[in-house]
Amino acid sequence: MLEVDRKIINAFQGGFPICEHPFAVAAEKIGLSEDALIARLNQLLEDNMMSRFGPMYNSEKMGGAVTLAAIAVPEPLFDEVTKIVNGFDEVAHNYQRDHKLNMWFVVAAEDPSEIARVIGEIEMATGLDVFDMPKTEEFFLEMKVSV
Amino acid sequence: MNNISPKSQTIAFDDLDRAIVAATQSGLPLVKEPYEAVAHIVGVPASEVMQRLQRMLSDGIIRRVGVVPNHYALGFKANGMSVWNVPEDSIVELGQKIGALDFVTHCYRRPRHLPDWPYNLFAMVHGKTRDEVFEKVEKISDLLDDADQGHEVLFSTKILKKTGLRIKGS
Repeated sequence: MLEVDRKIINAFQGGFPICEHPFAVAAEKIGLSEDALIARLNQLLEDNMMSRFGPMYNSEKMGGAVTLAAIAVPEPLFDEVTKIVNGFDEVAHNYQRDHKLNMWFVVAAEDPSEIARVIGEIEMATGLDVFDMPKTEEFFLEMKVSV
Repeated sequence: MNNISPKSQTIAFDDLDRAIVAATQSGLPLVKEPYEAVAHIVGVPASEVMQRLQRMLSDGIIRRVGVVPNHYALGFKANGMSVWNVPEDSIVELGQKIGALDFVTHCYRRPRHLPDWPYNLFAMVHGKTRDEVFEKVEKISDLLDDADQGHEVLFSTKILKKTGLRIKGS
């Protein structure tokens, strides 16, 4: 990785300015030109080193609701259950994990009652119990990977 | 870095906020005046967009503005979800300690589902290898000491779906 990219990633996992010429202000902090910073960010996106650049939203604070749910799926049913779960638009992420509870997915909706509905429908469609594990407290998270 | 947010609460959020979120949730335009570009999309002056973004940032609707790294591409290929059974009466203090560790990116309290699932604290640990994740998990265990009443690490073996959270423009 280029030293300049390392600097950009380490310096701006937050704190990007909200002002008329934010790239100029940000670039100055790490000794770059505005054009160079914009060019490197484009390249980091193109190389997929960065998923995106901009605001990271907390959807629950917008009145939406999110939960983490898990199912212990019997191995022979795994593909079928994956299709059912992924078929819901409200399922944003779904991961297979190496545990008896082997399917973990995030359900996000604009209204908390929608979450309960989706979980109920998944239980009906799969005949399996869904463990609903909404976060009840968040111990602040900061993207702090350094590269 | 160490602020603890209380249980989520809803904050006033109107149609213009929604339009700004819809225009920026996939990223800011990489142009010299990105907020001007967003203003053009949503049809209000740039000063209004900046004011709204600033307010959403201070209200916590925006967690932060900047690089959203792709951990996997950056070499953090082992992501372990460590789950912990800790006493409920000290969970806040313990969660704060763990959330402050530099290798923990997310730390949440979640309900147990007894008897199958005794774990009430989740900490996502990123590492370059599984061994590195296990070493870090041991550090958490040391930190928790007697409060560690059992833990496991779940590695993801496959991404089955990843669409990200999306809100509609109107």
